Amino acid sequence: MVISRKPSHLIVAALLALMPLLSIANENHGEATSTHATEAVAPAGEEGHGEGHETGDIRSEIKSHINHHVLDSHDFTLFADDKEGKHFGFPLPVILWDGELHMFSSAEFHHAENGVVESNGKYYVLSHHDGKIYRTDASGTLTEDEKSGHPTNVHPIDLSITKSVLFIIITAILMFFLFTRLAKSYAKNGGIPKGMVRIFEPLVVFIRDEIAIPNIGEKNYKKYMSYLLTIFFFILFLNLFGLTPLGVNVTGNLTITFSLAILTFLITNLTANKNYWGHIFWMPGVPYLMRIVLAPIELLGVFIKPFSLMIRLYANIFAGHIVIMSIIGLMFIFKSWIGSPLSFGLAFVLSILEILVAFLQAYIFTMLTALYFGSANEEHHHEEAHH
Amino acid sequence: MDKLINQFEFGLFFWQVLIFVGLILLLKKFAWKPILDAVNEREEGIKNALQSAEQARKDMENLMSNNEKLAAEARAERDAMMKEAREIKEKMINDAKAEAQIQGEKMIEQAKAAIESEKNAAMADLKNQVSALSLEIAEKLLKDELSNKEAQAKLVEKMLGDAKLN
Repeated sequence: MVISRKPSHLIVAALLALMPLLSIANENHGEATSTHATEAVAPAGEEGHGEGHETGDIRSEIKSHINHHVLDSHDFTLFADDKEGKHFGFPLPVILWDGELHMFSSAEFHHAENGVVESNGKYYVLSHHDGKIYRTDASGTLTEDEKSGHPTNVHPIDLSITKSVLFIIITAILMFFLFTRLAKSYAKNGGIPKGMVRIFEPLVVFIRDEIAIPNIGEKNYKKYMSYLLTIFFFILFLNLFGLTPLGVNVTGNLTITFSLAILTFLITNLTANKNYWGHIFWMPGVPYLMRIVLAPIELLGVFIKPFSLMIRLYANIFAGHIVIMSIIGLMFIFKSWIGSPLSFGLAFVLSILEILVAFLQAYIFTMLTALYFGSANEEHHHEEAHH
Repeated sequence: MDKLINQFEFGLFFWQVLIFVGLILLLKKFAWKPILDAVNEREEGIKNALQSAEQARKDMENLMSNNEKLAAEARAERDAMMKEAREIKEKMINDAKAEAQIQGEKMIEQAKAAIESEKNAAMADLKNQVSALSLEIAEKLLKDELSNKEAQAKLVEKMLGDAKLN
């Protein structure tokens, strides 16, 4: 019996692998219902719905569910009952800045008639088309741009605590709790970590010895360590949260990856030394004419580097979520004894792959960030030896 | 591209940057710095411990070689001392022997001299005794012999004969 040799490993692996399936299966129900609900509330629904054809119905439901899942949302739905149109979850606070501060619960969008919420004399509606809040009138009309289909209504500055923001806060608190505990356990036990938190020590040492020091160098790596460690664990935790039954897609959100990339961009360029700028605008070791040609290319590279960071993380996580959810969706479309277990098995394998991707993308992002920091800190003599 | 740009949410960006930068600063103060310091300290400690162990090993080696040197020295000294002692012993024996011989010879000489003188004295004494006895005997005999004429004559004759024999 090979299976019984390491039963605990197998069970843990199986549970971990099953988690995202559970989540997405739940979400599938829940989000699909919420789509229902919002469509029932907002008359401007344009999803191909209720055409009588059953598979078409499920297909469009799955499609709209996936579209909703990968985007941020203003409330937190754990699961819902499709037939009764009830959600089980909780609303999140909506904070808008539209000349003045407006604050109300996102539940009001569902409770109010037409989905229009009145706050301080202004009317707002949640567009189910792109999940954004728009200013509207009392009847809740949304004028749509003919070309793109986006509402042309005024979009107030939306500082709501959305699902993603909630998970960023949870991750931040979790990280703070875990790593301060790790830090304290050193002091308490005379330099040797104790308890569950010590599983993070190898990762911390790995980032220092395998990512920071080889890429940045002994001399300068210390000032970047806090950023590298924070960004690694932040991305890792959020990637893994995306695979849990909670089913959030934070690192697969372009805004998040943009903000992480822009921080890397800013730190790289603000801490860069003379040599780094010299390499961009006046490349040493090449003919003068070439230097003029190279300068704009190098300058472009400064922006392309963080851009590639942003797209890489976003695309990997986003695609992972879409693929897994599509395959799970197939289960509901096949509804047969062969097709459903097949797609279940496929989803199972892909989920395990996604766990690997979660670690890999966190590693790659940190690794490339360290590489850019290293290029900003390269010493002159090193360059001369290079050319 | 338009779809991607449309996905950008200012609010989410605002919260993310705010929370993330705050998290970096907080963790830097309360977690990363203590953790990295502790790890560094521990690594330094291990390095130092290894170094001091190596040093101790070297010291031990030095000590042992020193000990060996000392032992060898002591052994050499002992050997030298024993050799010296043996030499002294032999010399003493030889000296004693020589002296004893000289002494013995001297004693023998003395003894010989003493014996000689004793012998001489004894001889002298003997001679005196013998002459005294002879005189006595001669006196007695003369007394006896002189009482009888014949006997006297015979005696004189005899004595004369004896004296001739002598």
